[in-house]
Amino acid sequence: MLLIPCPWCGLRDEAEFHCGGESHVVRPPDPDAADDAAWAAYLFDRDNAKGVGFERWLHRHGCGRWFNVARDTVTHEIRAVYGMTDPRPETAS
Amino acid sequence: MTGFRLAAGGRIDRARPIAFRYDGSWHQGFAGDTLASALLAAGVDTVGRSFKYHRPRGIFAAGPEEPNAIVQVGPRPDLKATQVPLAEGLEATPVNCWPTARFDVGAAIGLAKRFLPAGFYYKTFKWPDWNWWEPLIRRAAGLGRVDPAATAPAGQRRHLHCEVLVIGAGPAGIAAALAAGADGRRVVLVEQDPLLGGSLLVDPGEIDGMPSDLWLRQAEAALAARPRTRILRRTTAFGCYDHGLVAAVERECIVWKIRAARVVLASGTVERPIAFQDDDRPGIMLAGAVRAYLGRWAAAAGRQLVLFTNNDDAYRTALAWAEAGLAVTAVVDARRSADGMLPEAARAAGIAVTTNAVVERAHGRSRVAGVTIRDGAGGTRRLACDTLAVSGGRDPALALFVQAGGALAWHDGLAAFVPGDGGYVAPTGAATGLSGLGSALAHGHAVGATIAGDGAPPQALDTPEGTILAMWHAGGDPARSWVDRASDVTVADVGLAAREGYVSVEHYKRYTTGGMSPDQGKSSAVLALSLLGRETKRTPTEVGTTRFRPPWDPVPIAALIGADRGPLLRPVLHLPADDRHRARGALFEEYGGWMRPACYPAPGESREDAIRREAAVVRAHAGIFDASPLGKIDVRGPDAGRFLDRMYIHRLSTLKPGRLRYSLATGENGIVVDDGVVARLGADRFLVGTTSGGAQRMAESFEEWLQCEWTDLDVFVTPVTQQWGVVNLAGPRARDLLAAAGSDIALDGTAFPHMSFRDGQVAGIPARLARVSFTGECSFEVSVPARRTAELWDALIAAAARAGIPEPSPFGVEALMTLRIEKGYLHVGADTDGTTYPADCGFADAVARRSDDFVGRRSMRREDALRAGRHQLVGLLPVGDDAALVSGAHLVATDGGSDGHVSSACWSPAVGGRIALAMVRDGRARLDEAVTVENLGRWTRARIVRPVFVDPEGARLA
Repeated sequence: MLLIPCPWCGLRDEAEFHCGGESHVVRPPDPDAADDAAWAAYLFDRDNAKGVGFERWLHRHGCGRWFNVARDTVTHEIRAVYGMTDPRPETAS
Repeated sequence: MTGFRLAAGGRIDRARPIAFRYDGSWHQGFAGDTLASALLAAGVDTVGRSFKYHRPRGIFAAGPEEPNAIVQVGPRPDLKATQVPLAEGLEATPVNCWPTARFDVGAAIGLAKRFLPAGFYYKTFKWPDWNWWEPLIRRAAGLGRVDPAATAPAGQRRHLHCEVLVIGAGPAGIAAALAAGADGRRVVLVEQDPLLGGSLLVDPGEIDGMPSDLWLRQAEAALAARPRTRILRRTTAFGCYDHGLVAAVERECIVWKIRAARVVLASGTVERPIAFQDDDRPGIMLAGAVRAYLGRWAAAAGRQLVLFTNNDDAYRTALAWAEAGLAVTAVVDARRSADGMLPEAARAAGIAVTTNAVVERAHGRSRVAGVTIRDGAGGTRRLACDTLAVSGGRDPALALFVQAGGALAWHDGLAAFVPGDGGYVAPTGAATGLSGLGSALAHGHAVGATIAGDGAPPQALDTPEGTILAMWHAGGDPARSWVDRASDVTVADVGLAAREGYVSVEHYKRYTTGGMSPDQGKSSAVLALSLLGRETKRTPTEVGTTRFRPPWDPVPIAALIGADRGPLLRPVLHLPADDRHRARGALFEEYGGWMRPACYPAPGESREDAIRREAAVVRAHAGIFDASPLGKIDVRGPDAGRFLDRMYIHRLSTLKPGRLRYSLATGENGIVVDDGVVARLGADRFLVGTTSGGAQRMAESFEEWLQCEWTDLDVFVTPVTQQWGVVNLAGPRARDLLAAAGSDIALDGTAFPHMSFRDGQVAGIPARLARVSFTGECSFEVSVPARRTAELWDALIAAAARAGIPEPSPFGVEALMTLRIEKGYLHVGADTDGTTYPADCGFADAVARRSDDFVGRRSMRREDALRAGRHQLVGLLPVGDDAALVSGAHLVATDGGSDGHVSSACWSPAVGGRIALAMVRDGRARLDEAVTVENLGRWTRARIVRPVFVDPEGARLA
């Protein structure tokens, strides 16, 4: 059971959150211009990293805000939390 | 009748006798007893039968490692008698014997033992297949019984936060808690026993110049006086989880979830036996357990003891036995020599010590009556005894350490696994492999002091102990030498597993079931893996342990469930005018988390008849319906229109204030996820209607898109479903009824057309009136503040009488469904599923009209969405018998496969028969085609029609 540092509420139990999957997935800016392969990649292709992965989480039973989490998927260590519009942080794996 | 109560001593209250019944017989114990200590003192030798062979078994251990005394107490199965506090009138039975433990019919299986080796069931019961045999075998090799009718007392889940959690209140744990809490830090100390003290309760000594009992009382008082230190007794920490979460269960009913900044593990050790022939006879016990029963409960296991050991610690048992005035035949020590302080003390007490010798087999059937020992020269001789205490060493209890991420390291000198690196718990005391009271106190204090505080550690002397001689199987027939008593695994079974290739310790475990019983192999795991290592020429490090998973000790399911059962399992929502529906005799059912009237049966009327009557009254006159659960989301801001354009397949930014528009929402995959009617309240404000079940999901989806993707849009989303009570009047007389109730809003169809709304008041209540219909009838949806819903409901019904009009008929969800199926109105989630695009259910034109992007639009141009042969929404009318025309029935294709399915069906009063909506392959191109519908072996011929059965022109909506 993870302890997740919500940027707004502080350290809270995982049960308060919902994981929204991988973050930094770029929606094609002009979907009409995207071919089927590009659109499918946007919809389905994920890194699923072993090591540090970047996910978005919702503090559902708290402030209701989405934010990004850099989490080591092997150790569950949370390396960073950052805003939805912030760039992916540098994290040593 | 061998065991008995000593005349004096023990931590029991002899002034409080307790009567209890075991296996049908009444016995007496005292307050402070466990069921096990009371049985031992009452002289009950055979407490149960073994799992597989039904061999007689006696009490073996004194703690959670007990493998034999598995009992049923009332409805609670598979408890260890060592963990059951004695209580007045307690009734317990052994779990695996019939009719009683002493005279057990199943014991005949034991005679056939050589035919039942490890893997026997897997190899034998393959034909016809395992599932056929399983119920039979489970009955034969049973553990306790679960009574489905019994209700366990409600459990609880509680949370605790602290800076330091100390697990185990032996000398090291107490020293750690004293040091860590010295500066006022929040400390929690959990102890599985009702008493603090751990080993001090059995092996008292001298601490800080006083008897350890006095020191213990003072320490306990000091901890209790600290406002921020909390002691949880009878609380077993059973699991360590990610990020420092520790779970513990108190008195079998409260599950604590403890978050601690630091965790100290002072869990002590678990003693293990040495295997020899017939070592499972009653009267053969762990040496530490024999001593614990003597010292703590004044219960002697017998009168004449042989001690078999490979270490010094066990000599304490022989000394305690002699000190109680009981006879010690001999100490049999496997080591070449034993000349440490404890063996010398034994000799000084007149106890015969035989070194370089082992116990090879036990004699006696229902109770050990003697042993054969073999000396170093190979000679054997027989010793008489009624009790055999055995010790093969002590294993640090490190399951929680490993669960917390720590690695184990094999220590040759101790012949045991000790803590290695890693993990978030700090082990201390005997759990680290230390021996000696002084060392334990010093180590515990040091661990506590690294967290907080200073001061001097409690002072005590260590009793020096000689080294252990690693020994696993002393001799005798391996097929009758036990490794895991609880699962009936022998030394021979370990060899068989190794020969058959189950050399991984995980495979060994699953093949033999070793370690899978209520004791979880606590006293047998290291023995088993060492024997496996011997068979496969590997060191214990190379063999390793099986994975330690929570729980370390069984936890009642009722405790884990906590309060989440009955009405609290999944709380449901009630309508704001709930009592009005009850008064009308509503039949309530759950729809999407709401308890709603399915229908309002008249006395003696069936559910089906009530639904038909209600639907017919709406078409002929008027009905009144509580629509409060419909989802409502307030969306406002300068970009609200642009945002909703992207969330729905219709353009909503072009909607005029005062108007309503129906639309579908799709996910990015192009699949229909919700539908609803959107109202434009103002230039920057919309009220979005959703399905009842989709209200929360859609509001969360709006937030996710706004927060994660379109962060530039200035939009606020507020779910308001439960702020509004909504009552719908539908039917040809709806307008008259509403007028009779009184409203300042012009109700005629020209001033107030279909798909528009007005704000005003109805029956003196501020209200929003919306002309929207899910029935196909002229319909007014009246929204008022939720707390005034009942008032509105009453006013709308009462107005009828005043105006001389018959009352509107309350109708439930099922009649609404009938009415909407008659009109072919879509029910998302019933008519659509995870493959349905808008084009499949008649919205191809709406999508085609959009030139701008919205969520899911691009996916609707993929090959899959555009291919021929997609399932499309159509209607079905039966030809003749209509038995198969039910939701879920399949259309039979010419090749015998499925050509689609019935998605909604009902008996229609308007049509006078069954009608259905169906998703049919290329359905729209197959109007008028005759098809065959099959449901659970029944067949119906049907005709494909347009999905509208009543008023296709919409004239009734005006």
